[in-house]
Amino acid sequence: MFVTAAYAQQSTTTEGAEAHDAAAAGEVHTETGVAHEGEAGSGVFPPFDSTHFASQLLWLAITFGLFYLLMSKVIIPRIGGILETRHDRIAQDLDEASRLKGEADAAIASYEQELATAKAKGHQIADGAREAAKSKAVADRNAVEADLSKKIAAAEDRIADIKTKALADVGAIAEETAIAVVKQLIGGTVTKAEIVAAVKASGN
Amino acid sequence: MSNDPTHQFLINKIVPIEIGGIDFSFTNASLFMVATVGAAAGFLYLTTSQRGLVPTRLQSVSEMSYEFIASMLREGAGNGGMKFFPMVFSLFMFILTANLLGMFPYFFTITSQIIVTFALALFVIGTVVFYGFYKHGFGFLKLFVPHGVPGVLLPLVVAIEIISFLSRPISLSVRLFANMLAGHITLKVFAGFVTSLSALGALGIGGAILPLIMTVAITGLEFLVCFLQAYVFAVLTCMYLNDAVHPGSH
Repeated sequence: MFVTAAYAQQSTTTEGAEAHDAAAAGEVHTETGVAHEGEAGSGVFPPFDSTHFASQLLWLAITFGLFYLLMSKVIIPRIGGILETRHDRIAQDLDEASRLKGEADAAIASYEQELATAKAKGHQIADGAREAAKSKAVADRNAVEADLSKKIAAAEDRIADIKTKALADVGAIAEETAIAVVKQLIGGTVTKAEIVAAVKASGN
Repeated sequence: MSNDPTHQFLINKIVPIEIGGIDFSFTNASLFMVATVGAAAGFLYLTTSQRGLVPTRLQSVSEMSYEFIASMLREGAGNGGMKFFPMVFSLFMFILTANLLGMFPYFFTITSQIIVTFALALFVIGTVVFYGFYKHGFGFLKLFVPHGVPGVLLPLVVAIEIISFLSRPISLSVRLFANMLAGHITLKVFAGFVTSLSALGALGIGGAILPLIMTVAITGLEFLVCFLQAYVFAVLTCMYLNDAVHPGSH
């Protein structure tokens, strides 16, 4: 303590003032580190100056003890908590993500299935409609064909009627014509029976 | 300002405190211990206050340091070592922040004080020894008896193991202390060249370019060293804790 008493007084002065003191003391400094700084009689290398050891140990114990307490009671639990929360959160998010992925996969699968059934149903409906349309078309055609053939048959009947009637008329006309022609030609009369026979013989 | 490279390691009392004839003054070193704790705890506290599920950039820095140390400890000491996670995490963050704070000009580097690094190393080794005996009783001493060593060599090997164990707190503390101290002195020396050369006129200013480049390069290197030394300290802590958790497994 007696060595550093002067320093206690100096400690309030500025660095520059101290430097000035040192310069005024005419100290010659070397870079070997063995300096004779400051006090007369304190020629010891400053880090080895044992006069301050007690003070340094005390204050180191106080400050480092405080620091250790702060770290172990406040900082480390806090950072540990942050890291653990994050770790948990990430794990939770991963679980959630895999769960959602499973759900999405299930949704896709059910969608695919629904789509397949819908497609099948659609095919079925289309097939049914096509069949129905086809059969209706066939029925319509058949009906139309039947109608037409009926009409054709009727027309043929009428034609046949007309033809027979016409042919019958042809016979009568030929007879009358033949009678008239015979009358004109030979002036005689021919019986109607003979004419009919003759017409018939000349053939239809 | 003083050109003395060791001036930066001087301890100045800010609030003189004396208890029972022992000097417990609040010094600039104490101030920077408080600043280290404030900066590290404040950063971790504020960046994680949102508790964001999606982290912001700064929050992910805090989470990265958490996971970095957690995986380091799990690899080094197995799941049984995870009960020491607050300790390793505190050590790493404290040393890293102290190292990085020391990179600011005019800031005090508390890890450049041998007593600080030695106290931290003793804390680690003390925990290892205490937990080792608490958990395994005298079985903890199997640590010094490696498997598969011929009986003739055993005394020698055990002696070597004990010496190596005892040297651990020294190597652990001196590694951190010496790296920080040497780096800061080197920086100061090269930066001192710049000012003293440029005082010599035009030629000196030209000649000061090289140390200036060196200063910039060493500053970059020092940032790497700051991280690396905190990392090394934490890794070695994990390895030593592994001995406490699984003695005789090596």
